Amino acid sequence: MASSTDTLQAPVPRRTGARIWNRTLSVLMAVFLVNVALMIATVAINSFAKVWRGTWLPDGWTVSWYADAWKEFQLGGLLIVTFEVMFAVVALAVLLGVPAAYALARRDFRGKRLLLFLFLLPLLIPPITYGIPLATVMYQWHLAGNLSGVILANLIPALPFVILVMTPFIEQIDPNLESAARVFGARTRHIFLHVLAPLLAPGILAAALLVLVRTVAMFELTFLTAGPDSQTLVVALYYAMFAPGVRTSQSVDAMAMVYMCVTLVWLLIALQFVNPTQLVSRVKEHPQPA
Amino acid sequence: MTSSPGLAGADRTPWLAAPSAIFLLVLFIYPCLYGLWLSFHPTEGGMLANYTKFFSSERQWPTIFTTLKLALPATLINIGVALPIAYRMRVKTPGQKWVTAALVIPITLGTVLVAEGMLTYFGPKGWLAQALGALHLYDGAIRLTHNYTGVLISLVISGFPFAFLLLLSYVTGIDPVLGRAAATLGAGPWQQFRNIYMPLLIPGIAMCFCLAFVQAYSVFPSAVLLGAPAGPTRVISIAAYEAAFEQYDYPMASAIAMMMGLAQLVVVVAVLALRRLVYRGPVTGGKG
Repeated sequence: MASSTDTLQAPVPRRTGARIWNRTLSVLMAVFLVNVALMIATVAINSFAKVWRGTWLPDGWTVSWYADAWKEFQLGGLLIVTFEVMFAVVALAVLLGVPAAYALARRDFRGKRLLLFLFLLPLLIPPITYGIPLATVMYQWHLAGNLSGVILANLIPALPFVILVMTPFIEQIDPNLESAARVFGARTRHIFLHVLAPLLAPGILAAALLVLVRTVAMFELTFLTAGPDSQTLVVALYYAMFAPGVRTSQSVDAMAMVYMCVTLVWLLIALQFVNPTQLVSRVKEHPQPA
Repeated sequence: MTSSPGLAGADRTPWLAAPSAIFLLVLFIYPCLYGLWLSFHPTEGGMLANYTKFFSSERQWPTIFTTLKLALPATLINIGVALPIAYRMRVKTPGQKWVTAALVIPITLGTVLVAEGMLTYFGPKGWLAQALGALHLYDGAIRLTHNYTGVLISLVISGFPFAFLLLLSYVTGIDPVLGRAAATLGAGPWQQFRNIYMPLLIPGIAMCFCLAFVQAYSVFPSAVLLGAPAGPTRVISIAAYEAAFEQYDYPMASAIAMMMGLAQLVVVVAVLALRRLVYRGPVTGGKG
């Protein structure tokens, strides 16, 4: 790997044009990152500010907005709902998705392409497009407006995501291991528990964390299917922002900070195990031929 | 080797996919088909009443183009900026890891939180306006929120990292040996990009464009929170939402949702057709 970097960079004398171009790209990237960082910083600062109007920094500092937000927005209840939705979605997605991924990875069967298409579709169509017909159907079936409805709706993009992350992962596990276990008389259930599960654990962990991070931030589907007591943090945040003036901006920002912390904690954990590009695509890291 | 069910009878492994398939058929395919059916069964009038209403109402049909006017520039900006940067960062460096990790943050936080941050930061009295004023770069009133620009900026903030990470995974999937082989034959950096990488990247770029566009076209929370949802940024998803949850006219809402899907489909098909026109070859470049 090191040798490839050297050959790419060392011998070619850089022309000024190329240097300016590269500098421009770095500046563009820096401008983007700095602005996003400052934007997040304003939320953080405002949530601790007594008053902050048109000055560089607020006049005084306080933590009372957090207590306010906790009471006003019933953050305790919101957090519980958010965690319930998160873990239920992850558990169901893994439970249903991993066997499906196994079938796709190990067997060729009639209709497999169609099945793959079915699993790909919910990731290609944006949630708000299918969310409105979905909410219509779910309200008719009396599934929407409560916790189970929110969980089911969030499972729609989560399940295909697990399948598409896990399929290549299972493909690279040697099928001979299963065959060997079968030769020694292991039943399918035992193979799954004692041979596959340990081998799959890292992949499942990665898939679960990716789904977790995506579910906390999933606004549209939760928004369309949640009732008053099945809102998650991000939906409650939307409603708080939607009615400006009713709440002080500081307590809304305090709530935003709570949401941000919940999200970022999981993101930081996830980044220990997965490649950031996996959050947007299912492409897995390849060792590059040197 | 892969499918030897042995003597025990038919291989039942494919059925492991059944629960997932059934779930998606019931809660994804059925609602979509039901929505399509419902859109042709309006609360009043004939089969096409919803669609004629959509195209005759001044509040409805322009939303198609309002959304297009936001989504298309946003997608072009995102892809246009992300492509050269992703290409530049194709070689693995410690910097790459940090930048990609940093870029995941705005995606993870989601549009609602980005909107909350933008309202303060880009607002008329926010840090950006103050900084521009202090540097005397721009002294007039700065209006970057509650209008078209606000929504466009938010689409860039959430869309650029997405486009970048997706393109990066396509670019790094191309074997660098190809570029080096070209270099030994005397190709400069530009020629390497134009003749080696670009043809291999076209399918990835087309795919990325489609995904980024479809996402931008379904903009919802930021159009409400950062835009002017009554006028200039009354996007199509707002129209659908209002029909469903304010007028409780589900057939009309379904019709608008179908129009939204159709508009996305038209652009996606156009992009893929264009790709076929520009480039003939394997469908996937590298590991796409």
